[in-house]
Amino acid sequence: MGATAMRDYSRPLDLKNGRVEMAHGAGGRAMAHLIEALFARRLDNEWLAQGDDGAVLPAPGAGRLVMATDSHVVSPLFFPGGDIGCLAVHGTINDVAVMGARPLWLSAAFILEEGFPLGDLARIVDSMALAAKEAGVPVVTGDTKVVERGKGDGVFITTTGVGILPAARELSGRRARPGDAILVSGTLGDHGMAIMAGRDSLGFESPILSDTAALHGLIDALHECGAELHVLRDPTRGGLATTLNEIARQSGVGMLLQEKAMPINPLVAAACEFLGLDPLYVANEGKLVAICAENDALALLAALRAHPLGVHAAIIGSVHEDPNHFVQMATTLGGKRIVDWLTGDQLPRIC
Amino acid sequence: MKYIDEFRDGELARGLSEAIRREARPDRRYHFMEFCGGHTHAISRYGVADLLPDNVEMIHGPGCPVCVLPIGRVDQAIRLALDNDVILCAYGDCLRVPASGGLSLLRAKASGGDIRMVYSSADAVELARQHPDRQVAFFAIGFETTTPPTAVAIKQALALGLKNFSVLCCHVLTPPAMMAILNAPERIAIEGFVGPAHVSTVIGSRPYEPFAQQYGKPVVIAGFEPLDVLQAIRMLVRQVNDGRAEVENEFTRAVDRDGNRKAQALVDEVFELREIFEWRGLGVLPNSALRLRPAFAEFDAELRFGSAYQPVDDHKSCECAAILRGLKRPTECKLFGNVCTPENPVGSCMVSSEGACAAHYTYGRYRDA
Repeated sequence: MGATAMRDYSRPLDLKNGRVEMAHGAGGRAMAHLIEALFARRLDNEWLAQGDDGAVLPAPGAGRLVMATDSHVVSPLFFPGGDIGCLAVHGTINDVAVMGARPLWLSAAFILEEGFPLGDLARIVDSMALAAKEAGVPVVTGDTKVVERGKGDGVFITTTGVGILPAARELSGRRARPGDAILVSGTLGDHGMAIMAGRDSLGFESPILSDTAALHGLIDALHECGAELHVLRDPTRGGLATTLNEIARQSGVGMLLQEKAMPINPLVAAACEFLGLDPLYVANEGKLVAICAENDALALLAALRAHPLGVHAAIIGSVHEDPNHFVQMATTLGGKRIVDWLTGDQLPRIC
Repeated sequence: MKYIDEFRDGELARGLSEAIRREARPDRRYHFMEFCGGHTHAISRYGVADLLPDNVEMIHGPGCPVCVLPIGRVDQAIRLALDNDVILCAYGDCLRVPASGGLSLLRAKASGGDIRMVYSSADAVELARQHPDRQVAFFAIGFETTTPPTAVAIKQALALGLKNFSVLCCHVLTPPAMMAILNAPERIAIEGFVGPAHVSTVIGSRPYEPFAQQYGKPVVIAGFEPLDVLQAIRMLVRQVNDGRAEVENEFTRAVDRDGNRKAQALVDEVFELREIFEWRGLGVLPNSALRLRPAFAEFDAELRFGSAYQPVDDHKSCECAAILRGLKRPTECKLFGNVCTPENPVGSCMVSSEGACAAHYTYGRYRDA
C-alpha cells in the first residue's frame, strides 16, 4: 500500500480576531504559516511559489535594468481611495516607470507590529495583490519581520521594483532645457488631502479620494505619441513644488508656472484653504510631471488627455535660463512669486 | 472656489492696480504698514507688490502671532513638556520658533517632550479628557482672533471639572502694538495702516479711532484676500491725497464698528490685562497682553507649575526687532538667507510664512537676484 498524504493539521489563520504575534516573525512554524496562508496565497505567482530565499528571474534580452525602492509608512493605513497595500505597489512601479522603464517585478518587505489585526493585514495584502495584478507587475519575493508592540505603527512596507529600459530612451531630472514645456497629468494634492481628511484628529470629513494609481500605462502612451520627452517624475511627498525645484536644480534651469493653469480639484482647493495649506505642496500618488520640447507640448497634452489617468492634464509652465534655479509663478492676480522648496512639514497658519 | 476666487480675480486686480497708479500722485511717496501677518502673507503669496506703482511702498508690521513671541515664552512651553511631563499642545506655527539652547518645540519633541500640534483649543481640552492621568497644557498665543477660543476652552474645562487642563496664556492685543510703533523713538515714515482683518471681526473698528484722531494716521480695515488689500491701499492713497485721517472699513462683509460683542464679553469674563508683557521686537509694553482672571486661576499653567517668564536676549545680529517695527527690511539683516533660513530660523520673523523674513525668502527673493 502506497503512502497517502496526511490530513492537513494546520489550523486556519484567524482573520476575524487573530493578531500579529512575535512568533509570526520568529522563523518557526507560525511564520511559515503566516507567509503561506496570508501572503503567498494572495500574491500568488510562479516566482513566489518557488518558495526560495530569492526569486530566479529570466535575464532580459536587451536594454538596461532600472531598479527603485520605496518605503511606505502612512497613517491612517486605510484612507479614502486606497490603503498602504496598493500604495506600496503603485509607488514603486511609478518610480521605475518615470525612469522610462517598463516595470517587471516587485519585492515586498513587511515590518509588522505585534498586536496588529490579521484581518487588516489580509485586507492590505489583498489590496496589494489586486494592484499588482492590475498593473501586471507581480510581487516575486518578500520578507516579514515583527517588532514589539509600540515599536512600529501597525505596518511598514518596503517595495523594490525592477524594470527594463530600452536602449535609446534617456529620461532624467537633469534634462530640462530652456524653452521646454512643463505638463502635469491631472489634479494636484488629492492624495495628501485624502490622507489628512482620513485622520481623526482633524475632525474633518470630505469626499476627496486619494489618486493612488500605477502610471506605467499612461507613460507608455506618452512614449508612443512621439513627443521628445526630457523629464518624467511623480510628484509625491512635498508635492509639485518640491518636484519642480528638484528638477530645476538638477538641470540648472529656472521655471515659470502659470497659477491659473494649475488643475486643482475644487474640493482640494477648499480643504487647503480651510487648513491654511498650499495644494502645490500636498502629495500626489498617481500624477506625473512631464517636461518636453516646446513644439511637442500639444501632442503630449493630447496623449495625456486621451488616457483615463490623464483627462485633467494641463500645460502649466515653461523652463527658462536662470542661474538661481528659481521656480516662479505668475499669479492669477497678475503678480509673481517664488514657488519654493517645502520647509519641514507644511504647518497650518494661525490666522 | 465660490466666495474665494472672486477675491483673487486677475481682471479686477488689474483694474484696481491701474486705479492706484492713476490716483497716487507722482510727486510724492506713500508708505503704508500692513499690521497683520495675514496681509503680509497675501501680499507675498499673490505678488501684490508687483501691482503697485514704485512710489507706493508696503511695510510689514508686527501682527504675526509667532513673530512677536519672545524666546522666554517658548522656553516656558518647552520646560513644561520636558521638566513637568506635561502634554503640551500648540498651534502648528509655534512649533519651529527658535528658543534657548538651540531648541524649538519641534526639537523638544524629538528629544522626548510630549508636544502635540492642535488645530484648535478645543482639541487640547479633548486631549485632557482622554488622558485624565496626564497634565495637558495649551500654549495659548495670538492676537484677539485666537483669544475667544481659548476662553471657550477654559470655560469648557471648568464645566467638565477637568483638573488636568491648563493654559500658558500669551495672548496679546493689537492696539497697544500699533501704539508702540507710532510712539517709538525712531520715527518711521508711515502714512497709514492696512488694519487687521480677523482681529477686527472680534474687536470691531472702534479701537482704531485714536490712531486716526490723535495720531492723524488713516486706518483702512481690510480682508485677507489680495483684492481686499489692493482696495484698502487705494482707499489709503485717497485719504492721504485728501488730507484725511479716518478709520475706514473695506472688510464690511465681516467687520462693523462694534465687533463681536459676545466674544468680547467672553474674553472679558475669563481674562484680565497684564500690567506688563514683553514682546519680541517691541519690548516691554504696558497693558498689552492678557492673563487669566483670579476666578480661573486654577487653569493658569504659570501658577500650576510655578513657571516664571525669564527674558532671553535675541541673537545679537538678528534684526527681527527692527524688522517687526518696520525700521529695517529683511534683506538688511546680515543673517538673512545665509545663517537664518526657513530650515534653520534664527529669528522668529523667519518662522511663519506670515513673518516678514520668511515671506520675503519664500515668495520674493527673486527680486534680490
